[in-house]
Amino acid sequence: MTLESKVPEGPIAEKWTKHKFNLKLVNPANKRKYEIIVVGTGLAGASAAASLAELGYNVKSFCFQDSPRRAHSIAAQGGINAAKNYQNDGDSIFRLFYDTVKGGDYRSREANVYRLSEVSVNIIDQCVAQGVPFAREYGGLLSNRSFGGAQVSRTFYARGQTGQQLLLGAYGALSRQVANGKVKMYPRTEMLDLVTVDGKARGIVARNLLTGEIESHSAHAVILATGGYGNVFFLSTNAMGSNATAAWRAHKKGAYFANPCYTQIHPTCIPVSGEYQSKLTLMSESLRNDGRVWVPKKKGDDRAPQDIPEEERDYYLERKYPSFGNLVPRDVASRNAKAVCDEGRGVGETGLAVYLDFADAIKRDGEDVISAKYGNLFEMYEKITGDNPYKTPMMIYPAVHYTMGGLWVDYNLMTSVPGLYSLGECNFSDHGANRLGASALMQGLADGYFVIPYTIGDYLAGTSYDKIPTSHEAFKSAEAEVKAKLKKIVSIKGSQTVDQLHKKLGRVMWDKCGMSRTEEGLKEAREEVKKIKEEFWNDVKVLGAEEELNQTLEKASRLADFIELGALMIEDALNRKESAGGHFREEYQTPEGEAKRDDENFSYVSAWEYTGDDIAETLHKEPLVFENVKLTQRSYK
Amino acid sequence: MNVTLKIWRQKNANDKGKFETYEMKDINTHMSFLELIDVLNERLEQESKEPVHFDHDCREGICGSCAMYINGRPHGPQKGTTACQLHMRHFKDGETVVVEPWRAKAFPVIKDLMVDRSAFDRIIQAGGYVSVNTGGVPDANEIPVSKEIADESFNAATCIGCGACVAACKNASAMLFVSAKISQLALLPQGQVERQKRAEKMIAQMDAEGFGACTNTGACSAECPKEIDMANIARMNREFLKAKAGSTEIEVK
Repeated sequence: MTLESKVPEGPIAEKWTKHKFNLKLVNPANKRKYEIIVVGTGLAGASAAASLAELGYNVKSFCFQDSPRRAHSIAAQGGINAAKNYQNDGDSIFRLFYDTVKGGDYRSREANVYRLSEVSVNIIDQCVAQGVPFAREYGGLLSNRSFGGAQVSRTFYARGQTGQQLLLGAYGALSRQVANGKVKMYPRTEMLDLVTVDGKARGIVARNLLTGEIESHSAHAVILATGGYGNVFFLSTNAMGSNATAAWRAHKKGAYFANPCYTQIHPTCIPVSGEYQSKLTLMSESLRNDGRVWVPKKKGDDRAPQDIPEEERDYYLERKYPSFGNLVPRDVASRNAKAVCDEGRGVGETGLAVYLDFADAIKRDGEDVISAKYGNLFEMYEKITGDNPYKTPMMIYPAVHYTMGGLWVDYNLMTSVPGLYSLGECNFSDHGANRLGASALMQGLADGYFVIPYTIGDYLAGTSYDKIPTSHEAFKSAEAEVKAKLKKIVSIKGSQTVDQLHKKLGRVMWDKCGMSRTEEGLKEAREEVKKIKEEFWNDVKVLGAEEELNQTLEKASRLADFIELGALMIEDALNRKESAGGHFREEYQTPEGEAKRDDENFSYVSAWEYTGDDIAETLHKEPLVFENVKLTQRSYK
Repeated sequence: MNVTLKIWRQKNANDKGKFETYEMKDINTHMSFLELIDVLNERLEQESKEPVHFDHDCREGICGSCAMYINGRPHGPQKGTTACQLHMRHFKDGETVVVEPWRAKAFPVIKDLMVDRSAFDRIIQAGGYVSVNTGGVPDANEIPVSKEIADESFNAATCIGCGACVAACKNASAMLFVSAKISQLALLPQGQVERQKRAEKMIAQMDAEGFGACTNTGACSAECPKEIDMANIARMNREFLKAKAGSTEIEVK
């Protein structure tokens, strides 16, 4: 199969408008004859389910949590970008587009990014109309702040809880459709396989997490909005339940997986404190608007921060990147933090931390102003660490946050399986090799509210109304496969717990396929992950049965997929002999230590095709063409 | 530090359930309370005993999944804190800590510490939203909202739907939860059109789910991990009375 991006012809600013006109429509009276499955209820999933139900389609919505309101989008703190130019500071759709393509280190698809920038403007209107209480100025108009990788203030926010407010808005819209009977909600249900008939996506097999029962659901199209796979690293900022299973199983049924090696490491996370640690907590990037990042100039300087005089501090971001300073993009900030810690200038008990200092901002603006902006973040930091950031600088270190890779999709957000769509973090399309701050929320809602409602109609218009019964052979064989797999896991009765094995996998991935990679390290990792896979299938210990509520089995089933995905991430990282954004191969760097791309040879999306268990996957390449943004070495100096 | 955990174990809704005692030794005080249960579960699994089932997800105090009484208080002794953000440094060495699921008729026990909170979803479905379709809305700055109003609405909107208010209330009343959503939308211009109907419908659903009445004790607000103000309940009551006293809406048959 060849990869067809289906990017429309014509000037970039007209592509989406023209494309919308060219898409086939479904007559409103016929929409009710179609069923659509949406897996995931985060920003992308909830907004898609609500919008499609409004149009008249019958929607089935699935989430593994006890309520759709708990999807991990709820934890996003900082904000959402939109090219409104309310601040009159020179913003425009083109500038947001330009910043995003540059921020992604020229590894995203131009047309998708332009569309994202274009509809960003509608997202804010939509959310305000839903009653999302964004921050306001005293005059009653919306307030903005700036984020890493941008020199304009285009970020809309609701204190440090923007994700929560946007998700509750989408959850409200979804709830309204549940009440209308247009959405049937399936909470505590996990998708375990995709069902295809004649090569097209026609349903899913899911496990009822309360009873362990395996259920089949038929539909005319399936949408995956299941988020990212950062938990492959065990420790990440993702929620504990975030997983790759739905996307990975769809991959095994024919959906190509794109750019799996692109992992965003977020620079401002609370450092790890011990072996028992279950997850990492982020401090919003917005803190870098006022916080100054520094370490001592001297190695091994273990004085308390307030005892280190100004001239003995190294504000390394301000020193190296004078025009962006502390607001450099996440990949740049993360690598520089790692570099100073590797030099032995890290702070705290482990030496794996840098200071994020608010002393100057408090002196300049007063504690009240700082507290109004970041109060809840400061409280959260104090709760976790026991330190008061008003008095002593925060300690931060980079951590796994967002995955830019995901299922390959065309301009219509359709995967390589006809009728299977992927939205939000679950696809690969908009952020290239690095994601700028406040752009994940934007993509989730853009895809769900403003892209999929148009593009899915084009596919459905050519699909017959006939329903495939769940008694069909394709459903029965998928069910049997799912059941056999779960039974196998439960029957192993080995000696290693799921978490033990997950931690092993995470350690290998972080050390060798994390913030920086080398060919040698990746080759070692390849062997180590192979061994972990063997250990899992011979020695994992899962108690209880498969046909009951069993949280350990849920974790084990997800881990089995993380192990396979981890192996693919390593292959992808090995293949990409260049550095780009969140993918830093140490062999490829500029003399100043910045990521060095190779546009000649690697200006492509890698899309991997599954061809069978333990067989090397086939690499397909979608060439990336840059007609509107000139390819240059990224500079934030 | 060392603590003794007494945890409620219950196989399913029909099981009687009982407390089990577990000794936890050499605990790092930086550990969160849920990480303490992780450590216990890891040990139980190694001993081939069934781990303690509990709901949890984000572990950042925002998803509202984690729900448990710790020493008789929803989410434990720390003010304005969810169980996942409660750290062991707040406990005493040698202390006995009692852990139980939410106790409320409208929140039936599923297993161990897990309860069914879908009643909250049904209350929101009854009207806890603004009825606006996607697309075709006015520009966001077209309707100004004063900062004070936006902030007050935001304060109500911070509710995470964890159910601590119900658990804290001697009557298992859901009024703090319901009033937070009613307040958020009643304060904003966008919520005006359906304001009265929303209050009526949500309150009717709340009653139908079997939550108790409010007697203004204030435990809900005192135990709320997001410190949602009791004033919201007063606002909800006013909204409800206004709706009942003279609905401006014309009933269409």
